[in-house]
Amino acid sequence: MGSFQTKSKVSKPQNPGGHGLKENELWQLSGLIEYRPRAKYDFSAGQALGIFLEKLKEGKIVGSRCPRCGRIYVPPRSYCEYCLVPTIEIVEVPDTGTVHTAVISYIRTTRERMEKPEIVGIIRLDVPGYSTNEYEFAGLFHRLCGVTPEDVISGNVIGMKVRAKWKPPEKRKGSILDIECFEPLPAYGNP
Amino acid sequence: MVHLMPSRPRVAIIGVGVYGPKHTIPELSFRELAFEAALRAYRDAGIDDPRRDIDAFIGCQEDFWEGIAIADEFIPEPIGGVLRPTFTVSGDGLQGVAQAYMLIRTGYFDVVSVEAHAKPSDIRTFDGIMELAFDPNYLRPVVPPNYHFYAALEAKAFMELAGATREDLALVVAKNKNIGLLNPRSISAAPVSPCDVLEAPMVSDPLTAMDIADPVDVGVVVVLASDDTVSRLGVEDRAVWIEGIGYGTETGSFERHEIGRAPSVRLASARALGEAGISNAFNELDFIETDDRYSFFEPLTLFEAGITQDPIKDLREGTFDPGGPLPVNLSGGSLSWGWPLEATGLLRLVHAIEFIRRNGGKGLAISWRGIPTYTSSAIVVSGEG
Repeated sequence: MGSFQTKSKVSKPQNPGGHGLKENELWQLSGLIEYRPRAKYDFSAGQALGIFLEKLKEGKIVGSRCPRCGRIYVPPRSYCEYCLVPTIEIVEVPDTGTVHTAVISYIRTTRERMEKPEIVGIIRLDVPGYSTNEYEFAGLFHRLCGVTPEDVISGNVIGMKVRAKWKPPEKRKGSILDIECFEPLPAYGNP
Repeated sequence: MVHLMPSRPRVAIIGVGVYGPKHTIPELSFRELAFEAALRAYRDAGIDDPRRDIDAFIGCQEDFWEGIAIADEFIPEPIGGVLRPTFTVSGDGLQGVAQAYMLIRTGYFDVVSVEAHAKPSDIRTFDGIMELAFDPNYLRPVVPPNYHFYAALEAKAFMELAGATREDLALVVAKNKNIGLLNPRSISAAPVSPCDVLEAPMVSDPLTAMDIADPVDVGVVVVLASDDTVSRLGVEDRAVWIEGIGYGTETGSFERHEIGRAPSVRLASARALGEAGISNAFNELDFIETDDRYSFFEPLTLFEAGITQDPIKDLREGTFDPGGPLPVNLSGGSLSWGWPLEATGLLRLVHAIEFIRRNGGKGLAISWRGIPTYTSSAIVVSGEG
């Protein structure tokens, strides 16, 4: 214990946690440069995702099937990443599924509290050929609506049957946001 | 327990695959570009099942070119690397080949795939991305709006050092663009004369629009293998052997760099030629594929690689022409087939490999990473097993 100093010899740091800088104080720091990157892109969707986005406009979810192993990729890929062969066949899949996992986001990355917590999750789509205990499945990441934070906290949301809630046809643009969210299907005995 | 050091196998390139280049390939995503190139390379290499037969996968890319952070994670799936040893080289494709070469030389890997792609047609603010490469505190506020100024500064300094004129740079452009007419991959080849080049619109003195290679989309994959694998697959006829490879970086500081020179080319070439046991490169090499994304860079690299002490005199005498004593850029170079970002070195290497497959011999390929970098790679390849 000899290496520790007594309380009387060391003064308590005035602000051990640091302190925030006000906007005007920040800009008094010498050498600070503000820079806004000019970085804009037009991402080519390519063949498989191009069809996927186009079909969303029609209110359909499609995947691609590997001719060798039979895997169905949703969203579709032009190739099977396991067999490394082209996936030529595009297949329509149901817009219903089961919540595999879900979370609630309360704050933004920059720590501001969100007015309304956002619930997102992974939906295992009802695609034949996949058993429910496999880690790999045809599915989508999307927002969940009609689900309460309590459903998520309690874990009741896991396994919940859901269906895509589509935007009206005239408002669809060929975007993943043509699906507003996935909402529970009461008919399937959801809580 | 005694651990025996694995033997150091020789390394060959046994497969090449290319999709493109084109100014724009709108029908494919960057993933699909990589996949198409991989399919072609694996077939060329005689590999039946890449998921089983390839031991490691290397992608070469830079996030800001992709517009995706941590873009490394996107590349394993289209080239067969899912759940396999995979990593990314944030640099030119030829730097990736050097990593693959070293993996195989350890004796622990037999077959390694190297991928690089470019999709500049997806970048809407190309100049904005280039600006991001400059120091934010003291360069970005003063750099001119056209990033080619940087190469022009180097070109001016080189011309002063080498006694070169704009006519000499035009000779390089005319040579490469005319040769490129014979290469189906050329997108900017043309039957131009040096006068046409001199009359082209000036971009940044002394560089005209024709002195500068165009950004292009492409997917490229090459497959490297150990000597044992070459025999096992029975691909001796298409194997092109790596005799030496090197890469290096100068300073990252604009002002303190050796302006008008390219020490990184000097370092990389010395390493590659030395490993290949080449003491007189001019006499021992049959051809060179070297960086010409800016016209002046071709003679500069020939000087730095120790090929000649007077590249301008040799250029004027036709030394580097097809049929000359040492042909340079028989593919037409980047001035014909473009500047596919980090895939540039890999595509240059593919042309060297294809030349050797057709004609045999020994060649040197040199790739600079382009402005504003001071990084280059060089490789000596040979048809003799």
